[in-house]
Amino acid sequence: MIDLRRQVLLWPAIGALLALSGCAVEPWVKPYERAHLADPIMSFTRDPVSAAYMNHVREVREGARGAGSAHGGGCGCN
Amino acid sequence: MRAAPTVVAVAAIDHRMRVRTAAVLTAGTLLMGPVGVLHAAVLPEERLDLLYHSYDGGGVEVTGPSLMVRKQIGQSLSVSGNYYLDSVSSASIDVVTTASPYTDERTETSLGLDYLHQKSTLSLSLTRSDENDYEATSVGVGVSQDLFGDLTTISFGFGLGSDDVGRRGDPAFSESVDRYQYRLGLTQVLTTRLVATLAWETQSDEGYLNNPYRSVRYIDPGAPVGYSWQAEVYPSTRTSDAASIRAKYFLPYRAAVFAGYRWYDDTWEINADTYELGYIHPFDNGWLVEARYRRYAQRAAEFYSDLFPFADAQNFLARDKELSSFSSDTLGLTVSYEYSGAPGGWLDRASINFAYDRVRFEYSDFRDLTGSTGVVGAEPSYAFDADVVQVYVSVFY
Repeated sequence: MIDLRRQVLLWPAIGALLALSGCAVEPWVKPYERAHLADPIMSFTRDPVSAAYMNHVREVREGARGAGSAHGGGCGCN
Repeated sequence: MRAAPTVVAVAAIDHRMRVRTAAVLTAGTLLMGPVGVLHAAVLPEERLDLLYHSYDGGGVEVTGPSLMVRKQIGQSLSVSGNYYLDSVSSASIDVVTTASPYTDERTETSLGLDYLHQKSTLSLSLTRSDENDYEATSVGVGVSQDLFGDLTTISFGFGLGSDDVGRRGDPAFSESVDRYQYRLGLTQVLTTRLVATLAWETQSDEGYLNNPYRSVRYIDPGAPVGYSWQAEVYPSTRTSDAASIRAKYFLPYRAAVFAGYRWYDDTWEINADTYELGYIHPFDNGWLVEARYRRYAQRAAEFYSDLFPFADAQNFLARDKELSSFSSDTLGLTVSYEYSGAPGGWLDRASINFAYDRVRFEYSDFRDLTGSTGVVGAEPSYAFDADVVQVYVSVFY
């Protein structure tokens, strides 16, 4: 059961990565179409110090750890 | 009032072990901007953040500042430093039950370096955490790379930590922990309004993972209250996997919604699910409001029990409520005001921010011994609310 769930998450991620790396992709969102994505409200880590603090508050009190919001992501738009 | 020799110096109960264990490795990621934090091959912005934080819940108060400064050197190097302080005052349920309240301080300092070369960023971090009975050091290295017209960023990172564990009032006590952390990240622009990020993280620990102060209880017909205490015993290794997916969507008007899910599993048989949902709404006059909800639920460690049937009932024993089955719900609100600097001036912009989160913890197999019914093992389940407040200023220059 646990292993199955792990596989369900892991293999699609690896597959997507391999698929993406195996071919030349024409960017389907052009640089001039990224105005919305470039808006600071679209950043996953707008406030890194605050995010790190909340991550810390949670990891102290929860059994789970890792892959948290402080590891965020961005928009690829700068 | 000190209840039992094994818990005399108490500390650790809510804060310690986990503060150090989890925090030090992950703290490095605060400074490692580009690792999993995708900003199409540019260095992180130059900024200064000064934050005051306060946590108040379950008899525990933790306050302190955090200061981060980031400065660019030349065109391809960014340097950052962070100072963080936790000032702890604890009269938690564990402390009330088995020991005496305590105060403590933990300081953490980090240094980070990001080097940009074309579409790749190399990041290094060094973090140090100090308490009077625990020291932790970690180093981290990470690489991120933009691909496919900057629609995709992949990243990976590796962290190494080393902890020295002491015990108050026992100078002869000296243990250590080695920690390893592996991270993979993929951030993908999906449409002109939608971006998603996948993250994978494996952590592996080896060494003294116990809390040297904490105890488990077991049925003892000879004791006046019907139970007694003995020291916890944890396995000396732990490996965990976590995977998360998060997405953010720009609405037809200037606002965004975000959602996330994290799956977690480890060799102690704890597994957990985390869900997040939020909405961000900026206003034209510089104000911004964010509202969010988070749901967390976990299953207990295989060797956890609120009440063991007898002393030394099994080889590993834990009654740490963070290892029990429980859920928490968090409602949060952030209000920010941003000021734009004059064109050509040194100040690009600055913001002042106020964040409040209310957390409700409900434990399903951790009992509140202060509410004893007279029947051992039939005490009410423990639950509490916590208030988390942050006030911070961010200056971009």
